Amino acid sequence: MSQLIAIVVAVACALPGVFLVLRRMTLMSDAISHAILPGIVLAFFLTESLSSPLLILAAAGTGVLTVVLVELLQRTKLVKEDAAMGLTFPALFSIGVILISRFAGNVHLDMDAVLLGELAYAHLNRLEMFGIDLGPVSLYVMGTILVLNLVFILLFYKELKLATFDASLAASLGFAPALIHYGLMTLVSITTVGAFDAVGSILVVALIAGPPATAYLITDSLARMLILSAILGSLNAVSGYWLAHLFDVSIAGAIATTTLLMFGITFLVVPRRGVIAIARRRHRQKLEFAQTMLVIHLLNHEGLPEAEQESQVSHLQEHLRWEPPFAAQIVRYALENRCVSQKNGQLALTERGRGIAREALVH
Amino acid sequence: MHTLNYTLIVVGIGSALLGIISGALGTYAVLRRQSLLGDAISHAALPGIALAFLLTGSKTPLILVFGAAMAGWVGTLLILSIVKLTRIKYDSALGLVLSTFFGFGLVLHTLIQRNGNANQAGLDTFLFGQAASLLERDVLTIGILGGIALLIMSLFWKELKLLVFDEGFATSIGLPVRALDILLTSLLTVAIVLGLQAVGAVLMSAMLVAPAVAARQWTDRLGHMVLIAALFGAIAGVSGTVLSSSASRLPTGPTIVLCATLFVGFSFALAPNRGLVWHWVRHRRDKEHLKLAASRSVKEIWKRKELTRLQSTPTDKYISKK
Repeated sequence: MSQLIAIVVAVACALPGVFLVLRRMTLMSDAISHAILPGIVLAFFLTESLSSPLLILAAAGTGVLTVVLVELLQRTKLVKEDAAMGLTFPALFSIGVILISRFAGNVHLDMDAVLLGELAYAHLNRLEMFGIDLGPVSLYVMGTILVLNLVFILLFYKELKLATFDASLAASLGFAPALIHYGLMTLVSITTVGAFDAVGSILVVALIAGPPATAYLITDSLARMLILSAILGSLNAVSGYWLAHLFDVSIAGAIATTTLLMFGITFLVVPRRGVIAIARRRHRQKLEFAQTMLVIHLLNHEGLPEAEQESQVSHLQEHLRWEPPFAAQIVRYALENRCVSQKNGQLALTERGRGIAREALVH
Repeated sequence: MHTLNYTLIVVGIGSALLGIISGALGTYAVLRRQSLLGDAISHAALPGIALAFLLTGSKTPLILVFGAAMAGWVGTLLILSIVKLTRIKYDSALGLVLSTFFGFGLVLHTLIQRNGNANQAGLDTFLFGQAASLLERDVLTIGILGGIALLIMSLFWKELKLLVFDEGFATSIGLPVRALDILLTSLLTVAIVLGLQAVGAVLMSAMLVAPAVAARQWTDRLGHMVLIAALFGAIAGVSGTVLSSSASRLPTGPTIVLCATLFVGFSFALAPNRGLVWHWVRHRRDKEHLKLAASRSVKEIWKRKELTRLQSTPTDKYISKK
């Protein structure tokens, strides 16, 4: 059952996360997830329950308030955006911590639970109606939030897409990007509140930023990125869950770890954009460039008296300042590409090599 | 009574030192728009602390500080290389590293806990700090390491200044910009890792950002800003510590952060030239001036019009009509 909750939480976080990653606002989720603490504490004092809908509303309200505060601070032009965020959320969070430790000493509101969450206990709090056990409360809460996110994204897909990729065009077409912005921020706040019960306020960011950032490396289409993020999120959740079981460690921490692993592997191996692909491309470009140098060098001296000396492989070290191993590598590469031919240590251009050299000289 | 005062003095000196170090180095972070890098480094430090403990089995502050610094460093380098090599932006890379490193640290922490040779308070201390438990030994560590960091900062003063304000120019005159960048980040890491003991990971970013932002309002010079930020940091550290020790159940870290935030609010309101009150006063004065000037010029225009009407000749009329 915890597994199902983990998947629902992961997907619910990944969907709005896609837009945050694309809009360069990922850290707003970090700010929100910390800053909602005073809202939660105050609502908790009123309702004395951690799963009441009022709590979620109050926290979501505080989340939106945080966004507004950050933007107001920025608008004074006294601070930049990053500093505005770095000022707002620790202050609000501090107020929350002080409220808890001063007034909630004997009520059940654990700081560890707020910051770290505990998925293992999430299914213990069950919804009962007319004496029938209907399953864990958090599943219902997160399920509702997931549906809410899905509906919002499906309804405003076009608007979200336009506001994300070209805010000024969206504004000039009358799409009200500000409204979309605050809608999205409300959604992020609600999602964060719902999720922290399970994974805590720090790891929410891993669920929000991780799968979309991974998907962003893989695809160029928004729709595919959304679907991929949801899939990656669930994969991370399930594998993290089993990892936690295997080693008997924190589930939320394990899910964050698999998120990091998943991102790391993608970062390394994804075609075209991965580190390995980039390194290989750079290596090939280096060889290509050196080969072009070689054929130009040969073309320059072709048919001239000094050609015999200049076209010796051993001469390259002096003329092009290549170390012998590198020169040998380039000659091998050029021979493979049939740009040059080799006879007793003498290099001669082939028709193909001559073409490459001429083209390079023209450009 | 005597011992209580002594403890308070030690803790006060420790918090003041931490405030000075994080205030001074935070200035650079704020000016380079990397305010939230501190947040990332402080969270990313957790796996380093846990690993250092797992490997050495010791809880000596110096070893844990070293582990934390290494992990914070690896996290920062990962962020920088993600931004450099992919199209993922700074904010996403930072959020990803911050949260997943922390999650990994949490996994290690539960491993240690399960083996049963760690104190339960370890994680809470990491998250919220425990200025009240600073010992003379810790203060000495803070003083020495922080002093070295500040010394290096002043040795490379000119170079770092150029890095902050005009990186392109720094590159063009042949300064090793990448090395300087790494140096500055390392100094920041030292400040953060030391500060973890007082305010904890969650609130560390405020200790870097708040004094620097407050100081920024009072001056336009880097030297003054570093000094003022260090001063604000020190005062916030001491007043937060004293306040939290005078009232029961007032955690130190959050109190220090709120004190620092008060400085920001105060500076936003009152700082000369940039402050909101000044802004408002100047705005009103300008408005008055404008009104006066406008009414005066309207009068002038009327007067001229009257004059021209009286003095106008037929040709003038023709011209003005045209």
